[in-house]
Amino acid sequence: MIIEAVNESTYIVYFGDRISDDIAGQVKRATEAIRQNLSDLVIDLVPSYTSVLVCYDANRTDRFGIASRLRKALSEGEQEAPDESASSTIELPVYYGDEVGLDLDEVCDYSGLSRDEVVRIHSEQTYRVYAIGFSPGFAYLGITDQRIALPRKATPRQKIPTGSVGIAGSQTAIYPSATPGGWQIVGRTPQRMIDWDSDSLALVSVGDRVRFRSIDRQEYLDLGGSLDEF
Amino acid sequence: MSFEVLDGGMLALLQDPGRYGYQHIGVTTGGPMDEHAFRWANRLLANPPEAAQIEINIGKLSLLAHEDTCIALTGADLGAQINGEAAAPWHTYQIHRGDRIEFGMPVAGLRAYLAVAGGLKPTVKLGSCATVVREGLGGLDGRGQKLAKGDCIGFDRSHPKTMASLPAGEIPDYNQDLHIGVIPSYQYAHFSAGERMKFFTGCYEVSQRIDRMGYRLTGDPIHSELDGIISEGIAYGAIQVPSDGQPIVLMKDRQTIGGYPKIGCLSALDAGQLAQRGPGTRIRFYLADVAEAEAQRAIFNHKLETFKPSLAGP
Repeated sequence: MIIEAVNESTYIVYFGDRISDDIAGQVKRATEAIRQNLSDLVIDLVPSYTSVLVCYDANRTDRFGIASRLRKALSEGEQEAPDESASSTIELPVYYGDEVGLDLDEVCDYSGLSRDEVVRIHSEQTYRVYAIGFSPGFAYLGITDQRIALPRKATPRQKIPTGSVGIAGSQTAIYPSATPGGWQIVGRTPQRMIDWDSDSLALVSVGDRVRFRSIDRQEYLDLGGSLDEF
Repeated sequence: MSFEVLDGGMLALLQDPGRYGYQHIGVTTGGPMDEHAFRWANRLLANPPEAAQIEINIGKLSLLAHEDTCIALTGADLGAQINGEAAAPWHTYQIHRGDRIEFGMPVAGLRAYLAVAGGLKPTVKLGSCATVVREGLGGLDGRGQKLAKGDCIGFDRSHPKTMASLPAGEIPDYNQDLHIGVIPSYQYAHFSAGERMKFFTGCYEVSQRIDRMGYRLTGDPIHSELDGIISEGIAYGAIQVPSDGQPIVLMKDRQTIGGYPKIGCLSALDAGQLAQRGPGTRIRFYLADVAEAEAQRAIFNHKLETFKPSLAGP
């Protein structure tokens, strides 16, 4: 692990230089350790694939004070056995229908597989949340089965409907709000990914595990899903 | 007890120090583009440092006071007038019921701050009223709207009248070109000695593409040996260099993570000075370090703490 100062109120901690499930686990444990031990000084944490950005209150400590406590918290966090049971698996219902799976045909063409096979491959594995960003609650999940790992669209769409589930190469994600985007859309979840009025705000956190459950049109509608274009 | 917005102008936003503690779910901080001017506006009124203010970007905001109060104007000179009389920044002003506060166009700087004694009373969303239009968060009703005609911004009555001005020596000249320090961090090591030399000896210009997310500069292109990086958290003031070699300084409404190489980072106070510069301003960088940025912040804090506004009667 490398701890480096970024500016007068920020450190970044690197755990590796490649994307892997193991490093994602380290990032998750480190984030929890920092949250537990440095809550008096840390005002923001940005975990991502291989790193954690640590923003601290420069009026309450300096870079030496925070660095020594960071090192201590991280070394204790490292010693703890990986506790994957605490890392909940979140099941997301997804309707992979024609009306909402805007790019399913492209994925079928790319892979040479049938729709049912594409849906089965996309929904049968468990994904890891590697990062959250781009827009509030936008979770980057990996790693997509390479048979369906279709790259982003050459020209992004102006607006992707809320709840859309997309693929971009080795990653898959859910659009928590309607934004422009270039991911290949295969379905839509009725589940709200971000809710400013709930206590938890975002349904998933970096390091969590996510599974998609294929649902039919009726269940999608029963769960409050929308077939609107936006 | 409110200001009524008669004209929202170009982009007037409610801001407090920012929305902290939510970047892990992709929520940016927002907050004042120029912390120096924001902190002084509250200090001139003896407000708490986090009291909410109006950030007036570019100008043309027009307000009607529905109650007597006291305000401070800091930051850019946007040709502000109170009842048609010029109101220069870096002073406090007594406001009476029925007064009109109107901003014109930039004379010096781009962003003015209007603080009111006791602070404004907006809706707090995720711990802050900082307006981030892109995310639909903050502002008067919490949904990320800029100020618009008809809005009424509340404040409390009965605060002591404060008469205060910033000493002339502390007032920045926003019309000056900038020479600011860069803390070598992030992917600094992945820029060759030759590229770094270009960056620190060259002169960059503020382009037309500037907003609350980022400041795009133009100049001698520099290149990292990396095409892209694994996306990581972006600090305020970070300087990212996309493949066209033109640096982008990331500001208060930046995205929380990004995958472009970064040559380093500005101090928060220097990023605030950049935020007052418009297109065509020349920017030069020098190699600084964290210690210098810490010292700059400590000196600023000391000036704020030791400043004594004169208090007049209620």
